[in-house]
Amino acid sequence: MLAVIDYDAGNTFNVIKAFDYLGVKIKLTDNPTEILESSGLILPGVGAFGPAMATLEKKQLVDVIKEAVLVKKIPLLGICLGMQLLFEKSSEYGEHNGLGLIPGNIIAIPEKGGLKVPQMGWNKNRLKIQGTKFDFIEGQYSYFVHSFYASCDKKYLISAVDYGVEVPAMVQNGSVFGTQFHPEKSGKIGLDILETFAKKVVRQ
Amino acid sequence: MLAKRIIPCLDVDNGRVKKGVNFLDLVDVGEPAAIAAEYEKQGADELVFLDITATNQARSTMIDVVEKVSRKVFMPLTVGGGIKSVAEMQNLLRAGADKISLNSAAIASPSLITEGAKKFGNQCIVVAIDVKRNHEKKFFEVYTHGGKISTGIDAITWAKKVVELGAGELLVTSMDQDGTKSGFDIELYQKIAPEIDVPVIASGGAGKMEDFVDVFRKCNVDGALAASVFHYGEITIPNLKEELKKFEVNVR
Repeated sequence: MLAVIDYDAGNTFNVIKAFDYLGVKIKLTDNPTEILESSGLILPGVGAFGPAMATLEKKQLVDVIKEAVLVKKIPLLGICLGMQLLFEKSSEYGEHNGLGLIPGNIIAIPEKGGLKVPQMGWNKNRLKIQGTKFDFIEGQYSYFVHSFYASCDKKYLISAVDYGVEVPAMVQNGSVFGTQFHPEKSGKIGLDILETFAKKVVRQ
Repeated sequence: MLAKRIIPCLDVDNGRVKKGVNFLDLVDVGEPAAIAAEYEKQGADELVFLDITATNQARSTMIDVVEKVSRKVFMPLTVGGGIKSVAEMQNLLRAGADKISLNSAAIASPSLITEGAKKFGNQCIVVAIDVKRNHEKKFFEVYTHGGKISTGIDAITWAKKVVELGAGELLVTSMDQDGTKSGFDIELYQKIAPEIDVPVIASGGAGKMEDFVDVFRKCNVDGALAASVFHYGEITIPNLKEELKKFEVNVR
């Protein structure tokens, strides 16, 4: 069964509703045993980086997540802030350490050329790596709400969108995946991404 | 770059969509979740639900509506109409709403904008501004209570103020154009949009596809909202998007 990591993230229920709609069994939990025994993990997230990491630490989930991913090789999908937490560091309101599962840092979207920050709306994905199970994202629009983005090596980018800078939209490092956009708010393409993760990435 | 958003607006009265939506072969034409799902299929980019009853009892009905819609429809949902407290906002967001739209309450107590933005983030707080030309004094005046009460407040000053207070988006309705089907209020959006740095949604006056082309080509607005032209099937969203693409408007 999939597990959604319970740390009071704002979009948790909408993420669960999407999996329910897809008929994917999923459980909301902060229990280390359930997390370590899950077939796949979802890390949701909305809001600021620092408080989110603080909540994960307070709930003693940081080491559990790392063990699940690094030792037990359980596939993980981070969503929006949950994706940003996968990286090493963030400079959102001070310096904060992340989970360090993907090399790279979270930095502010530069305000230039009249672009509004946060980026809020539908933007078009350009496939950066071919041959993953997510090739279908090419040319598709997904829904973003964010002011910070991941600065990382291009080899981790499944897709990116243009917002003044190249914004990583979907990232991967081994069995760790992340979407900067909200698949639970991105219509059919979003549901396809969640379904592909649940049924093709996660071992059945 | 971000796509320009096409946003149908649904009036909800005691849990039912009030204006008949008659382009759909729906079994139940008043059921918000069924209508929302149909709009999602058509390619709407976002939906706005306006609670037009807005009594306490209706509020809990609205929470149910949002809960039901968000189980079937996976796109951004904005809820507005009579919301007066952070607690109400929280209940609607928990039920599955993505944004809360404040109107009269924002005028009555502007601190509500800041409280909401601090707790949920600026992106969650939309301020709806109903605007009508004051011909005598020659300015765009803000109205409240569904356009019944004039405030004497200048719309552009108010727009800048609400952004300072934390609004993440403005939904600006032209009362002069609303219901006329003669096009969006180009002059209004040309005046207001350059003054602020958050997204602006144009509303009021849509009658034909050219009206959407016009507002996106002439004004720096991020989305356009309409109700009856979509509900009565006078414009379908796939056709509208095809038309917009012809004029090089970036749509999904």
